[in-house]
Amino acid sequence: MQGIHTMTDAAISSGPGIWSKLYQGKTLPILTVVLSILVAWYAGAVYLNSDTLISTYERTKVEWDAEKLVKDSWAMDRPILPAPHQIVVELNKTVFQKKITSKRSLIYHAWITTSATLLGFAFGGLLGILLAVGIVHVQTLDRSLMPWVIASQTIPILAIAPMIIVVLGNVGLTGTIPKSIISMYLCFFPITIGMVKGLRSPDVLQMDLMRTYSASTAQIFWKLRVPASVPFLFASLKVAVAISLVGAIVGELPTGAVAGIGARLLSGSYYGQTIQIWSALVVASVLGMLLVYIVALIEKFVMARMGERA
Amino acid sequence: MQQAYKVDGDGAPMSGMGKPVVEIEKLNLIFETPDAPVHALSDVDLTINAGDFVSFIGPSGCGKTTLMRVIADLETPTNGHISVNGMTPGEAREKRAYGYVFQAPALYPWRTVQKNIMLPLEIMGLSKAEQQERAAKNLSLVNLEGFEKKFPWQLSGGMQQRVSIARALSVEPDLLLMDEPFGALDEITRDHLNEQLLRLWDRTKKTVVFVTHSIPESVFLSSKIVVMSPRPGKIIDIIDCNLPRDRTLDIRETPEFLDIAHRVREGLRAGHSYDD
Repeated sequence: MQGIHTMTDAAISSGPGIWSKLYQGKTLPILTVVLSILVAWYAGAVYLNSDTLISTYERTKVEWDAEKLVKDSWAMDRPILPAPHQIVVELNKTVFQKKITSKRSLIYHAWITTSATLLGFAFGGLLGILLAVGIVHVQTLDRSLMPWVIASQTIPILAIAPMIIVVLGNVGLTGTIPKSIISMYLCFFPITIGMVKGLRSPDVLQMDLMRTYSASTAQIFWKLRVPASVPFLFASLKVAVAISLVGAIVGELPTGAVAGIGARLLSGSYYGQTIQIWSALVVASVLGMLLVYIVALIEKFVMARMGERA
Repeated sequence: MQQAYKVDGDGAPMSGMGKPVVEIEKLNLIFETPDAPVHALSDVDLTINAGDFVSFIGPSGCGKTTLMRVIADLETPTNGHISVNGMTPGEAREKRAYGYVFQAPALYPWRTVQKNIMLPLEIMGLSKAEQQERAAKNLSLVNLEGFEKKFPWQLSGGMQQRVSIARALSVEPDLLLMDEPFGALDEITRDHLNEQLLRLWDRTKKTVVFVTHSIPESVFLSSKIVVMSPRPGKIIDIIDCNLPRDRTLDIRETPEFLDIAHRVREGLRAGHSYDD
């Protein structure tokens, strides 16, 4: 179905002229939404920052009018809400103008967080899949493990993250590993749930077929359950990689980490550097989108190999 | 109630030629359900001989699919005796004595046509070369050469069902169990596949058990028709059907064909009035 839609879209937008393209494609609606958000943001910046500015004006006895107020509220050093262009300037300064190895480069901090994210994602994927395989094949595990898996996710991660950091710090584990364990703690859950569903997805007919061949449990697993679970696995992986990043950032907060996106958020809030916080947030969301996009790409490749309708 | 198996018709009788492949005596199967036990099969007696083409015909719920699933060891009878190739159905299944064709093609969507046919062969642990050879042989048997690399969704429903027949044949069983394999197809495709199946049966000399609820289909294909009635599922008539082996669809207009069809219909009607 989706294939047909994209095909018709492509057929329509392949017509001549950039304006007809804009008018008939998806670009115009998307641009409209972005523009509305920007307008609301600039207005919000004026609204939120004006109180501080006005009291400063009154204290320092500066003449001011509406135009000056608007201009100033978009150019403060420590605004309550920075204007979008301030964030862009900060991003340009910290992403493109600094060497990657510099402690002031956001790329450097993003990499620190990414490495913990990926390691945690790998751990979580492994743990999630192993749990699912156990739950599907051993009835005792299904009944004894599943409640714990669900209970583990009801504990707020912000409460348990400092404990993990402290405990692991005591046994000599610091840096990337504790952060990735918090990532793992968050991201194994959707993978377990998705894989249990996926490994159980073969229908009666597909299972009966295996029975008529008197296939072993291992053969049923590798030739039926695993391939049938792949679409479910990728759906979970996309969720998992995004929350894996959240886990890594949360893991950087309670340690007073010196590097990573979480550290930038932390130091930004210590010193009231809202622009720094916002640019770290932008980098985090871009990073999250990138990770999900990479998983989606791998999914596309794998599903194409498995004969999915293009 | 039960007919003598050997009826002397005009030509040589087609049933009862070989040794018994499936022997069923006093077989009962009762499903325990929450409200009341369902008597799915009641005192079934049946012998299927090598080379027979046996159809089970009857209305929904008469136990025809259940009886076939018992032969395939997909259901366990409550009591009674059944042997397949002189073994219990379980042993026969483990020896892969039969090929089973389901109502739906049940192809694995992530496997190409060739890989789907190779699935049972992989499970049996045959060599790659043997697997490929058998896949090619059986694909040509169902007239699907050149479709090896296609995925199931790229094939029509009729072609998918032919692939599933080729998959069942690739195990090289002497016994082929087919559960309404053409039920979901349109009549034109169905007629065509019936003719192909008949020729396949003639060529391979396999024993075929075929579940259907179409009277013309059962008369056209079978050497023996087992008429069943529901609640409790039981056999009410066994009709020998001695039409020439090389028949074509035209035979459906002949008096002999219509005679047998009439008898099947009478049997089905009797089964129903008993129920009311």
